[in-house]
Amino acid sequence: MATRLTKPWRPVDEIEGVLKGHLGVYQLANADDEIVYIGFAGGASLYGLKGEVSERVAELEDATQFRVEITASYMSRWRELMMVHIADTGESPRHNPPVKLGRMSPGHS
Amino acid sequence: MDLNLTEEQDMIVGMVRRYVREEILPLEFDLDPDADELAPEDKERLVEITKEMGLYGLGIPPEYGGPEIDLVTQTLISMEISQHRAGLYAPCYGTFGGAGLAQLFEATDEQKERYLFPTLRGEKRGFFGLSEPSGGSDPARAIQTKAVKDGDDWIINGSKLWISGADRADYGLVFARTDADKGRNGVTCFIVDTDNPGFHVRRIVHTLRSANYATELQFEDMRVPSTNILGEVNRGFAIANDRLTRQRIPYAAGCIGVAIKAQEMALEYVPQRETFGAPLSSRQAIQWMLVDNEIDIKQSIWITLDAANKANRGEPFRKEAAMAKLVATEAAGRVVDRSMQMFGGLGVAKDLPFERWYREMRIRRIGEGPNEVQRHVIARELLGASLR
Repeated sequence: MATRLTKPWRPVDEIEGVLKGHLGVYQLANADDEIVYIGFAGGASLYGLKGEVSERVAELEDATQFRVEITASYMSRWRELMMVHIADTGESPRHNPPVKLGRMSPGHS
Repeated sequence: MDLNLTEEQDMIVGMVRRYVREEILPLEFDLDPDADELAPEDKERLVEITKEMGLYGLGIPPEYGGPEIDLVTQTLISMEISQHRAGLYAPCYGTFGGAGLAQLFEATDEQKERYLFPTLRGEKRGFFGLSEPSGGSDPARAIQTKAVKDGDDWIINGSKLWISGADRADYGLVFARTDADKGRNGVTCFIVDTDNPGFHVRRIVHTLRSANYATELQFEDMRVPSTNILGEVNRGFAIANDRLTRQRIPYAAGCIGVAIKAQEMALEYVPQRETFGAPLSSRQAIQWMLVDNEIDIKQSIWITLDAANKANRGEPFRKEAAMAKLVATEAAGRVVDRSMQMFGGLGVAKDLPFERWYREMRIRRIGEGPNEVQRHVIARELLGASLR
């Protein structure tokens, strides 16, 4: 399993048609493909990924693209994506509040 | 063996039970069903409570500031603090503290200053690095990570798998082969700082449990000074083995706590839930599930307390610890499964804790030595040299 999420970005106006109520993780990006938020739809999320992504996009003006990964291991996968992002860029995505995470040096997968 | 709790044990168990029900369970209503951490302000507040209770730092010897509580009582406490949704892998969300890496109590004075005391003060975290991609059940033979002496240092190369907490740790105990020809007598334990340039957390290993994940580590020409050897060169396996044996008792107790809670929930539910005009509790099929749960729980409790009692008296307890781990993990798995069945659709929903317990409990038959290995340990104790 790859550590990074590498699926193609989709415009946020496709959320309604593409996403369902699954558990999973997601990334939001701006028009320059810069990741601005990493989130998850967990067991307490109303309407799963569809609900979470829609809600976050409505809050973040610069989030114009999204991609998701459906997984029941949403908590560990979310932490992994956050740690990989920090390893790659040196910081959390701009809209993620500060959170205590571990350190990773994930290589290129 | 006296099967009654002492007055003091009864008081402590009651106090811990109230703490779990009044402080931990209400917080879980607002947490994600797979959460393994509390908000920092909640954790700080609760740690103050466990300190006031005199129970913070369970497992830390009294001479290092831990509470003076015997192993049997500690086991009873372990059965209480796992009685909530996250209880199996995050009992009370760590608010009782812990001994960290107990092997460090045998460290040199300098090692204690650098690693043990900061850990006991909550300033540093450690991990235990034994299992490898080549296998975790037979670590003495499976360890392929190599350490080669270079002047006053050792150069370590290799990898570890299924290592919990390494990504957040400041240091870890890494077991490496220092003599290729000596099997279990060729393994050495090194204390390794995680800011060492040769230390890498390569990935998270996603499993049935979403929180408290494991990691895969890689060591690339990791230079470690000889002063960071814990114990003696080539004597590391004894350190690992001691830890594996001791850990089996609280491991079993945690499973029992979850089973107790599952049975309690089932007993509350079945008289209320009606099907075909009668409560579930009137059905013999349900009654027998409750009976089987009760028997599973009781036998697990006594076998686990027997192991704790032997360890507490300083007697050999390898066989008893293996029996506790084996019986409790299998029995608790059955109890959670039956309780889930009694709750029907609700049992598999994330609204209730059963689905998390079901997933996490399955791991317990494999973690800390698969149950087949426990059977092997017990057989070896029974048959002695004739089995070797």
